[in-house]
Amino acid sequence: MTEENTAPLKIVVLVKHVPDVQFDRHIDSGSLRLDRSESVLSELDEYAVEAAVALVESQGGFAAGHEVIAASMGGKSASNSIKKALQMGASSGVHLNDEALIGSDTVVTSKALAALVEHVGNVDLVVTGMSSTDAETSVVPAQLAERLNFAQLTHALSVDFDGASRELSIRRDHAESTLTLAAALPAVLSVTDQANDPRYPNFKAIMAAKKKSITELSVADLGLAAEAVGAAGSRVAVLSAEARPAREAGTVINDSGQAGIALVDFLAEQKLI
Amino acid sequence: MPSALVFFTELADAPSKAQRELLTLAASIGEPTVAVASEVSQATAEQLASYGVAKLLVAPANHASFLEHSLSVLEAAVKQSTADVVLVANDNFNREVAARIAVRVEGSIITDAINVSADLVVTKDELAGSYSAQAQATGGVLFVTLKPNSIEDAPQSAAAEVSINELATETSAAEKVRIVGTEEKVVSDRPKLTEARVVVAGGRGVNGDFGAVEQLADALGGAVGASRAATDAGWISHDAQIGQTGVTVSPQVFISAGISGAIQQKAGMQTSKCIIAINKDVDAPVFEIADFGIVGDLAKVLPQAAEEIRRRQA
Ligand SMILES: Cc1cc2nc3c(=O)[nH]c(=O)nc-3n(C[C@H](O)[C@H](O)[C@H](O)COP(=O)(O)OP(=O)(O)OC[C@H]3O[C@@H](n4cnc5c(N)ncnc54)[C@H](O)[C@@H]3O)c2cc1C
Ligand SMILES: Nc1ncnc2c1ncn2[C@@H]1O[C@H](COP(=O)(O)O)[C@@H](O)[C@H]1O
Repeated sequence: MTEENTAPLKIVVLVKHVPDVQFDRHIDSGSLRLDRSESVLSELDEYAVEAAVALVESQGGFAAGHEVIAASMGGKSASNSIKKALQMGASSGVHLNDEALIGSDTVVTSKALAALVEHVGNVDLVVTGMSSTDAETSVVPAQLAERLNFAQLTHALSVDFDGASRELSIRRDHAESTLTLAAALPAVLSVTDQANDPRYPNFKAIMAAKKKSITELSVADLGLAAEAVGAAGSRVAVLSAEARPAREAGTVINDSGQAGIALVDFLAEQKLI
Repeated sequence: MPSALVFFTELADAPSKAQRELLTLAASIGEPTVAVASEVSQATAEQLASYGVAKLLVAPANHASFLEHSLSVLEAAVKQSTADVVLVANDNFNREVAARIAVRVEGSIITDAINVSADLVVTKDELAGSYSAQAQATGGVLFVTLKPNSIEDAPQSAAAEVSINELATETSAAEKVRIVGTEEKVVSDRPKLTEARVVVAGGRGVNGDFGAVEQLADALGGAVGASRAATDAGWISHDAQIGQTGVTVSPQVFISAGISGAIQQKAGMQTSKCIIAINKDVDAPVFEIADFGIVGDLAKVLPQAAEEIRRRQA
């Protein structure tokens, strides 16, 4: 018989600071880097923060000693996304900020983030968004599970945690079915926008967040060599990036009773039927 | 000449359109090997020959395994095949399998690709298709996930002999994740949303009834899609959702009905070749990107169009 594990949960939630999707986003044709000036907490990572905080609330709350550490790898202003996560209820922050990280591909990003999780130490659960809204790869969570040797529970439509068995289960779409998958901690969990409704921080939460600490880390703090990360450590080189010509508005007609036929005429003219 | 490996979790008797595109692309790169994480029938193996596939690596399916089986099959195949590039489908599961093996073999991964040249330069979409980028690997095996509807499926004429080899996988790691429940989805007769030439999508404006959207889709032999407002309302299955958090489509024709055209919605359809929009609000943002727009009631326009198509086909 194993004894029931009632140790407090230590959760890391990964939040990425990304260009706001509501504005036009640009990739510089010279440096081939994304313009990150108008950046915010990736909206899909709000679901991750909500999932982590809600999980703690379902297990006796922060008073029971559980921790939610909001971590981000990014430039100076990424601390704003960590602050937003603290306002949403995370208990402390970790900011991995190092020039050496610029130009990291996913394999290197997951290396750095895995090192960060190991640096935090004794982590039971890593929670992420389903995809970053800038890189849109959806692979960092799986790569983290690989590197950390944690169970991979990704693309969760819904999340359940059983405090007694410390088992996490999720529902996930897979091929022609929806699966329920379960695993013991430690695990990497990525959540979709179906999983919950992220909270809006109220005034009290915003004030409380000001008292929470954010630890700054460099690549060296994680025991990684500068050449092992960033563009130097990555095995993908971007050669060029070009904006596709913006789509232009075509003809717009008002339906005066025959628009369905006009639609078919249009398809025929374009040789689409 | 580089060599390509194509990985499938399953290969049915009739390979899907997306699978045939992967095979065509692999053939254009060079001497494709195919690895499948389940059994493949003789008839299917013969079809592969017409894509220039000389070698097929198979491992018996393991339905109890969610992930580890696919991981160990792909890892073994990559190690055996000495391929420079590994091509897989762009769906979440295949991406994740490829991404983990890329970590294991110290390679790299590029997602959302639309082409790979013979010298392994990958063309891919960035920022929801608003940019097109080119990238290449600087060392190690390159894993590429290919968007459907990117490559013209073109089997080659000369069918050679395919050698079928049972893949020796190292015993997979202990399964950390258990499958504790499976709800089968209703499979429709319509083409798969991501692969369809024509997609007709409905939003909040359909007001609970997808009948008119389905009728037009069927008249055009197309697939049915939806906005998140429509799937969240439960009017249609979540699988039909197109957009940032749903599927991405780039069909020949995308018909948007009763959808306003929010940024997250456009993210899933703005690379369609031709966009037609029906919305009763002349100021709906969808008209900014539509090649042909109709300001009108979808409940009138869609049935009339479906009727007209059937009349012309008769
Ligand atoms: C994190 C996040 C992720 C998201 N991901 C997605 C996603 O993947 N996909 C997605 O679609 N959305 C997504 N959304 C939601 C998105 O922002 C919009 O809310 C959604 O797309 C709106 O759906 P809609 O256009 O159907 O509804 P509305 O915006 O309400 O538009 C309905 C339209 O129908 C028109 N209309 C009404 N009646 C008729 C009629 N009889 N005939 C013709 N026109 C009519 C109206 O004029 C209106 O323009 C996401 C949002 C967030 C925050
Ligand atoms: N630089 C980063 N900092 C923090 N979290 C990240 C970073 N990159 C990716 N992630 C996490 O990984 C998830 C998936 O990202 P991606 O694989 O890039 O689509 C995101 O939703 C984040 O939770």
